[in-house]
Amino acid sequence: MTTLTLAKALNEGLRRSMEDDSKVLVMGEDVGKLGGVFRVTDGLQKDFGEDRVIDTPLAESGIIGTAIGLALRGYRPVCEIQFDGFVFPAADQLITQLAKMPLRSLGKVRLPVVVRIPFGGGIGAVEHHSESPEAYFTHTAGLRVVACSNPADAYTMIQDAVRCDDPIIFFEPKRRYWDKAEVDLMAAGVPLDRARVVRQGSDVTLLAYGPMVKTCIEAAGAAEQEGRSLEVIDLRSLSPLDMDVVAGSVERTGRCVVVHEAPVFTGFGAELAARISERCFYHLESPVLRVGGFSTPYPPSRLEDHYLPDLDRVLDAVDRAFTY
Amino acid sequence: MTADAPRGVDAPPEFVQLLTPEGERVEHPDYDIELTAEEVRSLYRDLVLVRRIDLEAVALQRQGELGLWASLLGQEAAQIGSGRALTDADMAFPTYREHGVAWCRDVDPVKLLGLFRGVNHGGWDPAEHNFHLYTIVIGSQALHAVGYAMGIQRDGAEAASIVYFGDGATSQGDVNEAFIWASVRNAPVVFFCQNNQWAISEPLEKQSKIPLYKRASGFGFPGVRVDGNDVFACLAVTRKALRDAREGQGPTLIEAFTYRMGAHTTSDDPTRYRVADELEAWKLKDPIERVKAYLFKNQLADQEFFDKVEAEADTLGREIRRRCLELPDPEPEALFRHVYVDPHSIVDEEREQYLTYLAGFER
Repeated sequence: MTTLTLAKALNEGLRRSMEDDSKVLVMGEDVGKLGGVFRVTDGLQKDFGEDRVIDTPLAESGIIGTAIGLALRGYRPVCEIQFDGFVFPAADQLITQLAKMPLRSLGKVRLPVVVRIPFGGGIGAVEHHSESPEAYFTHTAGLRVVACSNPADAYTMIQDAVRCDDPIIFFEPKRRYWDKAEVDLMAAGVPLDRARVVRQGSDVTLLAYGPMVKTCIEAAGAAEQEGRSLEVIDLRSLSPLDMDVVAGSVERTGRCVVVHEAPVFTGFGAELAARISERCFYHLESPVLRVGGFSTPYPPSRLEDHYLPDLDRVLDAVDRAFTY
Repeated sequence: MTADAPRGVDAPPEFVQLLTPEGERVEHPDYDIELTAEEVRSLYRDLVLVRRIDLEAVALQRQGELGLWASLLGQEAAQIGSGRALTDADMAFPTYREHGVAWCRDVDPVKLLGLFRGVNHGGWDPAEHNFHLYTIVIGSQALHAVGYAMGIQRDGAEAASIVYFGDGATSQGDVNEAFIWASVRNAPVVFFCQNNQWAISEPLEKQSKIPLYKRASGFGFPGVRVDGNDVFACLAVTRKALRDAREGQGPTLIEAFTYRMGAHTTSDDPTRYRVADELEAWKLKDPIERVKAYLFKNQLADQEFFDKVEAEADTLGREIRRRCLELPDPEPEALFRHVYVDPHSIVDEEREQYLTYLAGFER
């Protein structure tokens, strides 16, 4: 076991992927000498060379478009989009090309491209640096969408993503980059498309992914002192979605609160609530409640503590789940 | 230029031409080409056959057998000239109008018809033909071609990629990003722009204040304008650009100056926005007639040859029509196929539910 930050765990995972397969490339803005603005690619260019760790021009559509071309030639590019709010210039290449080209070819083309996106707020950033755009991508057939929440998962999930033959949007919780945890560098980890129960409980199921998993674990700790037992599930994969683990939990607890930073309105939680009501209707003691961002643009940083779900807002929703 | 004046009728300056519209061979200091009689006859055959494929496809659309067709009429020389310049190892990235290039890459024309009939979204194997899938979003494929060329560089291969796009696409961000990427990476890629004067209803002056080939100099690589209706010149210019790319001299932008003789697609009505005189003037520059005149004048082909090519075109037209009508509609299950390589629980669940629903009608 080794103690690593989440950023370093991703770095070690990428290093391992590049050692295992010479076709794996890393590309993005400032990923070379600088090692990425969050240092996730630190040292990779020095060890693997400029042909495999590519500092690209400052153009996100170009990053994804050329990654597609490289994948057509047999490479496995791992692209870094520097911040969540900068993915939109690449939206066309992601949605009309990367997601659909394998189907367009009737399966003859494979595009094993990973697009890493640091997402979410809580770091006191300026505009466009704190967003949660996951629902745009879960709504696009052909893309897989995953989010890691802790160093151990980050280490195995990035390697699994690189090995996968489908294009993957890989969300990284940027405010958790510096969180440390024990990582077993020999572990295989949970399969990429599986959810994981990270804390067992019997009264309410909390569903989260990325940065909100830690918030939910803390909320469960606080609730325990008040005599409530909360189960926390880290979804890990948003598309596909591991409904068996979700439904198994909700059928036991009868209550569910979904937590994400993205706006609640037509957010990913809406899909979860709908699916749970379809599948677990007779087990539910209360409606599925959602805690998330407001239907406002992401606020200036001095307001972000009001916008982001925190322990108290999660527990408030838990309380409300008992009023039905 | 006034709004209704005929466009592109006078030959523009700095224009590489090796065969005049009257079928006269002319010299150019930078581009020359030696073609045997057999090679010229073969180019003529290609031009006639792809025009026939196109004509048949337009007819099939008019008869309700295709949902849409994007005609290449008038652009045969640009496509056959550049397409025949490619080696087997080179990779072509088309728009949705490169039926002539597809022909040069041995893609079955019926596969092109399948896309426009709605049987699938493409379906040929790009790696088998080194001819990528048709790209409908304007200009997106320029970046794919550059990325592919970066792969060629990493493989140390003796190859280049070529990407086709139109005059309208030069306004797209992706095409300009591709220019930058190719330039700074010195990527082995040829940008082949067919300037057919019209982006649906918008004439060139809505896209550019300078001739398109001059854009290249701002990005740091050469640009050249070629008579896009001259198959000899298109072959010579593309051959050189591809050779330069393979030899490590980086990208070239080729502007093939041509004309879209038909509508943008079968859904378009060009009489709403362009004058008839323009079409008449461009008819005199036809890409096929000038090769025919050259073959005749130089006694490189006789009537028997031309009759034989016509007969072959008729047979080809009948054959692709028959095979188009025989294309089966896909099974409903095809909806769910090839969305992902690995199993995906949501798609798998929806497939099962929908097929069960359909099976309910059969009881």
